[in-house]
Amino acid sequence: MTAEVNDVAIRAQGLSKSFGAVQAVRAAEFTVSRGEIFGLVGPDGAGKTTIMRMLAGVLRPDAGGILVDGVDVGAEAERAKLRLSYMPQRFGLYEDLTVAENIFFYGELFSVPRKERLARSTELLDAAGMSPFRRRLAGQLSGGMKQKLGLVCALIHTPQVLLLDEPTTGVDPVSRRDFWAILYNLRESGVTILLSTAYMDEAERCSRLALLHGGQIRYCDTPARLKQAMPGALFAIASPTPRALRTAVAGQPGVLGVLLMGDRVHVRVDDPARRLPELRDLLAGLGVPDGAILATEPGIEDVFVALLGQEAPT
Amino acid sequence: MFERLSVMLMKEFLELRRDRWAMFRLIAPLLIQMLVFGYAATFTVHHVATAILDLDQSQASRSLVSHFVATSRFDVVDVAKNQADITRDIEEDKAVIAIVIHAGFARDLENGRSAPLQVIVDGTNSNTALIALGYISQIVAQFSADQASRAFSPRVGTVPPEIGISLQTRPWFNEGLDDRWFFIPGVIGTLTLLQVVSLTAFAIVREREVGTLEQIMVSPIRPFEFILGKTVPFFLIGLGDIALVSTFGILWFHVPFIGSAWVMLLGASLFLLAALGMGLLLSTFSRTQQQAFALNFFFVNPFFILSGFAFPIAAMPKLLQWFTLVNPLRYFLVVIRAVFLKGVGIAVLWPQLAALAVLALAMLTLSVLRFRKSLD
Repeated sequence: MTAEVNDVAIRAQGLSKSFGAVQAVRAAEFTVSRGEIFGLVGPDGAGKTTIMRMLAGVLRPDAGGILVDGVDVGAEAERAKLRLSYMPQRFGLYEDLTVAENIFFYGELFSVPRKERLARSTELLDAAGMSPFRRRLAGQLSGGMKQKLGLVCALIHTPQVLLLDEPTTGVDPVSRRDFWAILYNLRESGVTILLSTAYMDEAERCSRLALLHGGQIRYCDTPARLKQAMPGALFAIASPTPRALRTAVAGQPGVLGVLLMGDRVHVRVDDPARRLPELRDLLAGLGVPDGAILATEPGIEDVFVALLGQEAPT
Repeated sequence: MFERLSVMLMKEFLELRRDRWAMFRLIAPLLIQMLVFGYAATFTVHHVATAILDLDQSQASRSLVSHFVATSRFDVVDVAKNQADITRDIEEDKAVIAIVIHAGFARDLENGRSAPLQVIVDGTNSNTALIALGYISQIVAQFSADQASRAFSPRVGTVPPEIGISLQTRPWFNEGLDDRWFFIPGVIGTLTLLQVVSLTAFAIVREREVGTLEQIMVSPIRPFEFILGKTVPFFLIGLGDIALVSTFGILWFHVPFIGSAWVMLLGASLFLLAALGMGLLLSTFSRTQQQAFALNFFFVNPFFILSGFAFPIAAMPKLLQWFTLVNPLRYFLVVIRAVFLKGVGIAVLWPQLAALAVLALAMLTLSVLRFRKSLD
């Protein structure tokens, strides 16, 4: 029992929240183990942010309980806040203060001792590639740098649980890579990370995913197992006119779903052995060469669309 | 708790210092408005544009006219020739007042009859009209008295026919009835209310807009620590404002300050707490700075009008009089005027001070409760 409790970083039970007539979150239940990177994936309005804010203790759930690092957030929000860190989509930085002053401010709010604060901020700024910008005003940083500074501020008190709400939205690829490098390092040191993301490649990097829709968690598993759970099989068809191809393929017998993926079309069918020849015939009629169609492994986006029956958020 | 409060304060002052224009924005509008109000806010009427139509053309009528010309209260802008000129002058705003001396004025006086004098007043600005009429009455009374004494002076030994009651007025606390003395303390209170309420409301709404409020709330800081950190600087700024503007009023406009600075400090502190509470309360109803601006406009203006700054509360409809009971400015204006001009202390002002204390407590409590709710 003790071992199990120690192993659990976040436990949400029967979590519900309504805003007026809108049920933002309905009876959400999940458990995140220590050291996991747990992803919340779902379209806008699925309830990701609401769940995060409840976990962070800034929003009171209508019903349900939350345990973060063994602390009941509902009963002891102040104690829980010392162990977790929450980074909203846009981290609140004081733009008139410098990078170092922002870090100092957030460190002091969490009563981080001076020595520890200095050591940690040096380490984090180095990891974020931001050491040369200590004295720059936060308002003069680029979007990616602001987001990294937000992460540094959020990590200054060495939280055991990190909640990140779409942390890399609007961040350039280089900063995104830095960002993920920091997250992997954190996981190494035993920090549990729960993040929401609109990027499917980021979802793929998570150890487990919860697929949200309409305030409910529909599926919750590792990316690999979610892919296995996807009904049917997938073919990728390369085409110079993917949109026309999508229209042609959609609605053919046995086709469960068609998804545009750049210059290719992903076609999900119920029975690959039976449908492949049918598709080849169809393509031949359209003048698409035979080699253009290939069986392919599903990505998270395919799974997402197949399981939730709709377009992915991106 | 003190660590978190002190880091909040440190942050606030650092932000203030970073903002190069902050000091200018905090001080300049106050001084400029004080200067403008000090000169403009007055009920005294000078240089009223006056048209005169003298149809009598007698020595007596000219003498009456000279009485008007002798004061700086009236400027004769037109010596009219007929009634039509007078009508045109008033309609075209050339004159605010027209004095018509009808033919037979001197004859009536000679014969000891009462001589009618017609005064036409543009009532569009009822306030100026009323005050000007008061001056006219005074001047005419003076003229009558002069006429009477001249009429009787040749006959030595006779007693003037009328022995009236002689009214000798002596206003206390402001013997010259200089209404600047009345207005300047009022301006100090009003400007402070405007500035402190809007500064507080905007500062908190800004943190909400930028997202720093939510960020701070996921830290172990308690709402009241945040609120204190946010309001203490504005409390100090408010005290500084009052001290600065008061000094300016005393040195520049020579308004006497005969009361105790300590009573002033006490009154100002309670008043500022109520104003901070009000700003805080407004901030809890605003998600954006635009909303805060609209609310600020909606609430602060009535507080200003319904404070007794210019319009006597006793003359307002009962409903509005009740509303003034929750207006901190109403009480502070009594306190600040009394301290400046009357020099009275707590023994006299305790009801106002107590009302301010109750209001401050109520507004702060209400706003802290609302603030907790508004975080969700």
